[in-house]
Amino acid sequence: MERNLLKYVWVHSRRDQLWMLIIILLSMPTYFLSLELPKRLVNEPIQGIGFENPGDVAKFMRIEMPFGESITGSSVVLFNGIELERLGYLLALSITFLVLVVANGQFKLYINTYKGRMGERILRRLRFELFDRVLRYPMSRFRRTRPSEIASMIKDEVEPMGEFIGDAFTNPMLMAGQALVALLFIFLQHFWLGLATLVVVIFQAWLVPVLRRRLIELNKERQIVSRQFAGRLGEVVEGIQESHTNDTSNLERANIAEITGKLFLIRFELYQRKFTVKFINNFLIQFLAFFFYLVGGYMAIRGTLDIGQLIGVIVAYKDLPGPIKGLIDHDQKRNVVTVRYEQIVEQFTQDVLQDKELQAPPAEPVSRLSSGYEVSRLGVEDENGSQLIVNASTKIDLSERVAIVGTFGGGAAQFADVLSGILKPTSGRVLLDGKSIDSLPEYVTGRNIGYIYGSTYLPQASILDIMCYVLKNEPVRSLERNDQEQMHFDTFLQEARRAGVIEWDYAADWIDFERVGAKDSAEFSEQIFQVLEKVGLEGDVRALGLRGTLNPQEHPELCNALVDARNRFRGQLDSLGFSEFVEPFDPVKYNSQSSIGENLLFGTAIDPEFEPDNIASNTLVRSVLANDGLEENLFAMGKEVASTTIELFGDLNPDNPFFDQLSYMNPDDLPEYRAILTRIGNKPYDEVSDADQIAILKLPLAYTEDQNRLGLLDDNLKNKILEARSRLNTRLQELPEMPIAFYEPDSYNPAASVLDNVLLGRVSQSAAEGNERVSEAIQNLLEEMKLSDDIFRIGLNFNVGSGGKRLSETQRQKLHLARALLKKPDMLIVNQGMNSLGAREQKQIIETVLNESINYGDRKAGVVWVPVNPAFSEQFDRVIVFDNGEIVADGAPAELKKSSPVYQELIS
Amino acid sequence: MATLLEEVDLLRKIPLFASVDPGKLKLLAFASDRQNYKDGQNLFKQGDVGDAAYAIIDGCAQVIIETPGGEVPVAELGSNEFIGEIAILCDVPRTATIRAKGDLQTLKIKKEHFVGLISQSPELGIEVMRELAARLSKTTAELSEARRELNNAK
Repeated sequence: MERNLLKYVWVHSRRDQLWMLIIILLSMPTYFLSLELPKRLVNEPIQGIGFENPGDVAKFMRIEMPFGESITGSSVVLFNGIELERLGYLLALSITFLVLVVANGQFKLYINTYKGRMGERILRRLRFELFDRVLRYPMSRFRRTRPSEIASMIKDEVEPMGEFIGDAFTNPMLMAGQALVALLFIFLQHFWLGLATLVVVIFQAWLVPVLRRRLIELNKERQIVSRQFAGRLGEVVEGIQESHTNDTSNLERANIAEITGKLFLIRFELYQRKFTVKFINNFLIQFLAFFFYLVGGYMAIRGTLDIGQLIGVIVAYKDLPGPIKGLIDHDQKRNVVTVRYEQIVEQFTQDVLQDKELQAPPAEPVSRLSSGYEVSRLGVEDENGSQLIVNASTKIDLSERVAIVGTFGGGAAQFADVLSGILKPTSGRVLLDGKSIDSLPEYVTGRNIGYIYGSTYLPQASILDIMCYVLKNEPVRSLERNDQEQMHFDTFLQEARRAGVIEWDYAADWIDFERVGAKDSAEFSEQIFQVLEKVGLEGDVRALGLRGTLNPQEHPELCNALVDARNRFRGQLDSLGFSEFVEPFDPVKYNSQSSIGENLLFGTAIDPEFEPDNIASNTLVRSVLANDGLEENLFAMGKEVASTTIELFGDLNPDNPFFDQLSYMNPDDLPEYRAILTRIGNKPYDEVSDADQIAILKLPLAYTEDQNRLGLLDDNLKNKILEARSRLNTRLQELPEMPIAFYEPDSYNPAASVLDNVLLGRVSQSAAEGNERVSEAIQNLLEEMKLSDDIFRIGLNFNVGSGGKRLSETQRQKLHLARALLKKPDMLIVNQGMNSLGAREQKQIIETVLNESINYGDRKAGVVWVPVNPAFSEQFDRVIVFDNGEIVADGAPAELKKSSPVYQELIS
Repeated sequence: MATLLEEVDLLRKIPLFASVDPGKLKLLAFASDRQNYKDGQNLFKQGDVGDAAYAIIDGCAQVIIETPGGEVPVAELGSNEFIGEIAILCDVPRTATIRAKGDLQTLKIKKEHFVGLISQSPELGIEVMRELAARLSKTTAELSEARRELNNAK
């Protein structure tokens, strides 16, 4: 990678930079004229030079050939101009001035846009190249670098470069050009004034960079500390459990406080210096103004300088600090950005990167492996030089089922890593398919080997996306676009070409299911189902499906079928014996398993304002409650609830276990409620403050008679609540957007889960195992109705959350195995991949994989398994035993049991 | 559905709680869950870890000992009986399986609530001690009876 930023920019934008230069040169005459014109305006039409006699005219737009006099001896007039009177001349000059201002502005606009685009393009290229290098880093690099530091470098640290890159060449050209023009202009007006200006400018140009040297160092420090900061932040967030379980949150706080403190000191010094430099800079510029006013004014009084010239000088001078400052600033920026760039490039060029060719896409379809592994005299050392594998030689054919076991640190796991291509041999050679595994492109190993190593990491995506990831090696079916979209995409591609990034369409369909023998997506879905079933995840996925939500607009038929299932389930309640504890939602009945608030809303809130917790302060709900005095009833009930609760819990510590059971109030709020009750006393409802009303009303709204059992809810109140429910419903229907998805017996509720939609009711908490029995009965019903597959599909769309944390560790490992199997690999390598499963389940999975999963009909895959428990190796045809990095035994497990003492030890 | 006050009355009928302060008893009732069982459902199984005790409100529960030869019903318990306190007091696995015989209504008292109540109510602590001591002396008497019979048989 190019180590010099300016060279990097030049190589990738030579033509653009030259074009910019031409434009800048073109803009110079306009700029000069816009300086020249004010002088003429003042001198000629305003002060009347050349208009001394009435009837005098001036020639407007008279053009003489530059240097015509010195070349031909007399001035060569190209255009004699138009003769104008004084007022007409004033008008003509003023309008010309306006035209020049507009032209200047246009030039600026064009130049700024052009260089902005150029900078962003190169920034994109730079980021892409850095990322490309990350993808080719040796694995050892990732043991030394924190992920968030890499992210910080590629994302944040290069960001300011975009701005600079656009300016890298154009800005100095433009600024220098303008400064020279301005200076030239001053010189032309008056030689000595020009010279004085030049001296001050040169002094400034020398002094300021000297003062700024320290600034560059500070910027470099800031960059490094900021990166550490990002790294530490990422680390803390990733290991957040550690800080909770070890009570080290304050250590982390201190650490972050220290880093931010360092940043503060660096930044503070930066500010101090920056503003000092600014002050000196400004002073020197203003000093020139002082000089012009005094000396220029003196000369004007003496008559050696005319007023027009003085104004011209002052105008030119007003424009001079801009470019000069710009130049100095640019130099400063160049220094900072160059240092920053070198810093980053250094970080990205430390390692020997993997050869680009190994990741290049294949020219022709990738064939299956034709032969297995040949390992001869393999040696592997770690970074510290200790030997992990010594002189290992063996052969593993395709379709062999091999277990690799070893003593602790014996080399079995590293051997599997070498076979997968992740760990590079230090000596000896490993052949796969007859070629050295080092030189095999990743499309050979990546598409033919299934490798899992106990990782429980998953990206944040749906289960389906995670499964399909392993088959997305290149775009296989392009995305269909309409004309407009295609046009848009073409420009997008063109831009990619200009920035030199990969031109593959990310939005295309990348899933190569034909490779695994599926004719269409339906067959492929079937395969996904089968592998998930084999690893024992199918039930989990279905359960996730039951908890998922559906959009009725996208799946109208399924939603109708689920409403149908709901009706059937309701019909079965009696025969299942559930009627005692399942209470379906009925629009005209009070649901005794739900709180009063839930009974009022009678639906799932879409707008958070209508969550049960928030409705006490919701004006619409309150106005409905106020209607027939229900609000006062509830308020009285709330007082009762509050006083009973205070009586029950009043003397307990807030951390007493009894508080678990208090569902409608936060233990910390008890003192507050005590105070509110005292404040309210026996005041009539209207006189109670609004805040106190809300606080008290919250209690009954969260109160469920069947759970809390204070005996406060009678039929009269229930009826009033039901009436309020229907009033509220009418009011909500009038709103432009419904804040609540109502429980309607005949329609699907998009805000509730599939399970809740079929149930559409509540299960009494007092029924032993009520929820389990209900969800089992619903699953059976859905299966009976042949809806299981649909539920499964909903489950596949479940998003596993950040790092896959919404799944259990076991589920994540099984998912890794499932997707390795989905590839239908020629060789499956499982390197302690199922270590979070129970022993029985691991054994079961090994058996399923060996007997069913790797028989594809036309061919069989080889299996290399490093089991967590060496005893599991008995299920395999062949066992290779490692001890101290050496292969000490190799053969059928039954034989080794007799002949190898190490093996005997391992499995006992 | 019974209200809290009815449950307090019910708890008071259980000898163990007879002397506990009514306020505390109300709190216990409030914190406890109603659990209803159908015929044949288990409250818990022998060998399980104990996390709660149960007061029977209505119905009948069978005490079953699981032996290598199969299940042996040893007793039946009815209203106002208190079940499962041993396992939550001294962290031993359940010594028997309890199963509903016909519809059974119970009040489930969680371990932490029961223990919490003991620590706040010395009367209850003494009552628990008295109950356990009574059982111990009964068991000791039965044991010596059994020994004597064994000796006689030799």
